[in-house]
Amino acid sequence: MPATITSNQIEQTIVDALTRFGANTTHLTPETTFEQLDVDSLDLVELAAVIEDEYAVTIENSDMAQLRSVGDVVELVVARTS
Amino acid sequence: MRRRVVITGVGAVTPLGVGARTLHERWLAGQCGIEEGVGRCADFDPTVVLSAKEARRTDRFAQLALAACQEALDDAGWGDGAPYEAEDVGCVLGTGIGGMATFEDSHAALRDRGARAVPPLSIPLLMANAGAAALSMRYGLRGQVYGIVSACAAGTHAIGAAVRMIQAGDAEAVVTGGAEATLTPFAAAAFAALDATSTAGISRPFDARRDGFVMGEGAGVLVLEAADRALERGARILGEVLGYGATSDAHHITAPDPEGRGAAAAIRRALRDAQLNPQDVDYVNAHGTSTPLNDRSETNALKAALGEHATRVPVSSTKSAIGHLLGAAGAVEAVATTLALRDRIAPPTLGYEEPDEGLDLDYVPDSPRPLRGNGRAGSHPAVGLSNSFGFGGHNAVLCLGGAR
Repeated sequence: MPATITSNQIEQTIVDALTRFGANTTHLTPETTFEQLDVDSLDLVELAAVIEDEYAVTIENSDMAQLRSVGDVVELVVARTS
Repeated sequence: MRRRVVITGVGAVTPLGVGARTLHERWLAGQCGIEEGVGRCADFDPTVVLSAKEARRTDRFAQLALAACQEALDDAGWGDGAPYEAEDVGCVLGTGIGGMATFEDSHAALRDRGARAVPPLSIPLLMANAGAAALSMRYGLRGQVYGIVSACAAGTHAIGAAVRMIQAGDAEAVVTGGAEATLTPFAAAAFAALDATSTAGISRPFDARRDGFVMGEGAGVLVLEAADRALERGARILGEVLGYGATSDAHHITAPDPEGRGAAAAIRRALRDAQLNPQDVDYVNAHGTSTPLNDRSETNALKAALGEHATRVPVSSTKSAIGHLLGAAGAVEAVATTLALRDRIAPPTLGYEEPDEGLDLDYVPDSPRPLRGNGRAGSHPAVGLSNSFGFGGHNAVLCLGGAR
């Protein structure tokens, strides 16, 4: 992974994916929870596939339970790409 | 006394357009929705009815069902919700296959990119009960909800099961019908390999030149209510399900019994269930697929079940106007029959020109024809049969009554 990946880029990838999934991401911040966005476990599995394609980071089912907000996913991707 | 079951709302998405009345009016006007050998719902835009999330979470067959359902509920005056306890409203939806396009796309992902590329929504979208589940979730229908799978008889079986659910006292109302969306490369190839589809790309039921069915897609949904409850709430009554009969050929996986014995038995049972005689039937909406085998065996079945009256009653096929909607066919045809009976008119079998030997019923060529009424008083509701037969030897027949 090139070192140029920023948190902002990752967040944008997530926002784009969630928007495609039908979530309203207009007022989204890193603290916004998936519950607030009405994003459920099926959406998260699809989000994981997008992240894997984009950043070659594998999010296992065991990681999912810990992911409650957009920021949680950004942190996880940052940690595994650095 | 057994509960009467009335039809209070109808909806349809078909190759003739969006809307049950659109289907009724365009068919009566002699218009055909088949283009380039398929019956596609080209006017259907899922985003009109569905949110982005709902659209992603449904295969096209369920999307068609949701659109038809919205229309049927509005038609029944259920726009603000069902007028019953949620657990008293069931939903039974037929389909021949389910989410065929989803199955093909997901399998392509597996083949081309491996197991990890298979979308998690694959199974929830393709399962044959996905349509019934989608309707239940969107409209809060919390009674008995399930799918029915009996190939091209599924839509009719679903309506029959819904009627029985109300008669058994398990529901006050049931949202029912059928949906199908199999205009996919695999389905087209597979039906062609069976030699079931028309190589000419023309649906001309009962005509001597018929050479197979034309595949179509779509959905039909009806709101059925216990008559006592519907009248109590002042509902407008569109028609009534007077009787239902279903049998199986136990003969062959794809071919019908040549004499139509199973089909004839289903017709007799539907009439017996309605406590009516053959001469009471004013109109027959035939299965009429345009395959050489079906149209001959169905003609034989009508002669066997209706006797002399078979040659007097008008018989026409909706498939001449929209093609064969497989698991949705019976539901869409029940909708078309209900509206035809209400208007006391027999829509035509489009494209019927050359009689075939032995196929000598009145197939209503050219243009629609007013129903005669068979000598009964004018205020008596018109009575029709709607036939559906499926691969596997499944026969299902509804006896419908028009609005009084």
